[in-house]
Amino acid sequence: MTPNPYLWLVPILPLAGAAINGFLGRRSSKTAITAIALVFCGASFLLALVLAAGFRSASAPYYFDLAHWIRSGTFQVDFSFYLDQLSLVMLLVVTGVGFLIHIYSIGYMWEDDGFYRFMAYLNLFMFFMLTLVLAKNYLVMFIGWEGVGLASYLLVGFWFTKNSAASAGKKAFLVNRIGDFGFLIALFLMIKHFGSLDFAHVFAAVRTLPAETAGAGLLTAIGLLLMVGAAGKSAQIPLYVWLPDAMEGPTPVSALIHAATMVTAGVYMVSRSSAIFERAPMAMTVVATIGTLTAFFAATIGIAQTDIKKVLAYSTVSQLGYMFIACGVGAFSAGIFHLMTHAFFKGLLFLAAGSVIHGVGGEQDMRKMGGLRQSMPWTFATMAIATLAITGIPPLAGFWSKDEILWQAYGASWIYWLIGVITAFITSFYMFRLMYMTFGGDYRGASPQPAHAPDAHAHDDHGHGHGGPHESPWVMLGPLVVLAFLSLVGGFVGYGNRFEHFLAPVFQQGAAMVEETSSDSGKGTETLLMGVSISVAALGWLLAYLLYSRRPQLPARIAASLGGLYQAVVHKYYIDELYAVLFVKPLIDGSTAILWHGVDQGVIDATVNNTATAAREVSDQARHMQSGNLRSYAGWVAAGGAVVIAYMVWMGVTH
Amino acid sequence: MEIPLSYYLVLSGILFTCGVLGFLIKRNIITIFMSIELMLNGVNLSFVAYAAHWHALSGQVFVFFVMVVAAAESAVGLAIIIAVYRTRETLNVDQVNLLKL
Repeated sequence: MTPNPYLWLVPILPLAGAAINGFLGRRSSKTAITAIALVFCGASFLLALVLAAGFRSASAPYYFDLAHWIRSGTFQVDFSFYLDQLSLVMLLVVTGVGFLIHIYSIGYMWEDDGFYRFMAYLNLFMFFMLTLVLAKNYLVMFIGWEGVGLASYLLVGFWFTKNSAASAGKKAFLVNRIGDFGFLIALFLMIKHFGSLDFAHVFAAVRTLPAETAGAGLLTAIGLLLMVGAAGKSAQIPLYVWLPDAMEGPTPVSALIHAATMVTAGVYMVSRSSAIFERAPMAMTVVATIGTLTAFFAATIGIAQTDIKKVLAYSTVSQLGYMFIACGVGAFSAGIFHLMTHAFFKGLLFLAAGSVIHGVGGEQDMRKMGGLRQSMPWTFATMAIATLAITGIPPLAGFWSKDEILWQAYGASWIYWLIGVITAFITSFYMFRLMYMTFGGDYRGASPQPAHAPDAHAHDDHGHGHGGPHESPWVMLGPLVVLAFLSLVGGFVGYGNRFEHFLAPVFQQGAAMVEETSSDSGKGTETLLMGVSISVAALGWLLAYLLYSRRPQLPARIAASLGGLYQAVVHKYYIDELYAVLFVKPLIDGSTAILWHGVDQGVIDATVNNTATAAREVSDQARHMQSGNLRSYAGWVAAGGAVVIAYMVWMGVTH
Repeated sequence: MEIPLSYYLVLSGILFTCGVLGFLIKRNIITIFMSIELMLNGVNLSFVAYAAHWHALSGQVFVFFVMVVAAAESAVGLAIIIAVYRTRETLNVDQVNLLKL
């Protein structure tokens, strides 16, 4: 443990940027806003690089206690920051990708009226995300956890005058709240049983407990509750429904929050709690099962989506499923590895999709794109690299991490592996489908509109004039190129298990398990599995090529012949409708009937109103006594006196 | 023969009740004033009756006090009545309502 006094500056700097832009941005020039947002975010990134350069595994973890927070008897929680190998990886991903997306946003959002608001929110998000990854205890992590939820809500509903965006923001917030509830109860259990929320204390206490192989116990309960939280934040079954809707936000937000960083917070949290999960095999099985199901399920939905961002959203859900498979089979470092490469190529995919949307004037429907390869060569090239990376074509980043996960999953159970490989095939298919529909063939969009079209604000764009598909400015292409480079070479970090060895101190026991499985199965099996995953990726590509490039009329015929199944996939298996019937409608009806009409109007309002009515009615009667007529007063006095005397005569006067 | 105490008390009650009724019913300010005097004297009568009955002097002393105070009150009260009549030209209490809302 080494103290490092600079640690707290990393999250605080973006907060300062957010405060300056948020409070003064309305009256500042766009150049000033840009400068503030980039300087504070960039400073954070530079500081992260400095920390990484000075990082020595021997002296890790680094920590810094900023201030006392809760001191209640033996229970103590402080504002403390913590940097070990795991948080260093997250720190670099968040600040690096975050900084690139800040640059991109300048180009993308420049014309928007809410530019200052957008940049302030982005910086605010960076603050909370960095708090999350640098936390030294679960409560500070929870601040970041809730904070990124807030930033996500603000940014999803950024165009809040659009009804769909406002409701998507609410949906994201409410669904996340369910997950946060589980997380919070897990924290309460920790406080009750370990008397602390500090990572070091909790994990030290956990390590003294035996593994719960025989039956579920405390650790299983905590693990499952943490997974509920992770499922909410990382969009896993059954709480994934908010993420596709969150695509209502501006595209840089989708790239930063809903692909690269925030949605991976659940994976980070589960990995961080690896000590707990390792001793709760049942919780691990649940994590792996949820991951497998989500990966497959979301990928199948992705096949039939026509909105370019929705395809990517379901792809994100699916890829997050892979990370949870890795966590569930104890290969936490493989999960984090995929988290990192996914941040590169999925961030890139979203940014490139944003560039496409920008280039065709706010259109998101892939059926109205096509042939953009000629008009947007840079976007095409970078997006092609990202596609190759996500489908797992060697030697790009996605290949290394996905293959690592599949290999580790095979070590745990062949079912995980099989579904993972099928998902890889589907992934390859829908990604190349997206590429062919967007960039191949001929342009199917509307003819060039006149500049400053009145409905230019109708979709995800920023009201700029538009004359046919065109390439985006360099401020947007720059980040694409950098991310494309990272997607190309990012996988080599894991070459020869270096990434795994780097993270080994954090996942002590997990690493031991990994070594075990590696030695068990032969090298031949690994190569064979690798061959299988490469060939399914190639197969998916081939199928997409045949269906969407060679015979573009074929998919419609296939869809027609599939009938009901195809309709179910197009409508996302009617999960939203199912939730609406199962949860939303009963909740709304119950709240209306019981809470609103029953409790609120019937009890609370009724109590107040009836008190007032009763007081008025009684005083209506009573005020007749106070007429101002002096003689009637005297009459009352006389009557009163008469009553007293009558009483005394009747009862007799006693001493 | 001696008149029983209860006779005095009944008479005292009748006098007092007459005073109260007069006070409540009458509108003429002088009649009201006389009703008050009637009530006072009804009470005085019971005081005197008890004093004679118990052979105690304190009742008599009370009565003297009451008479003195009543005399003073009549002096002030009559002065006020004269003043009111001079300004308002009436002795009806219902028309002397300047302080009412």
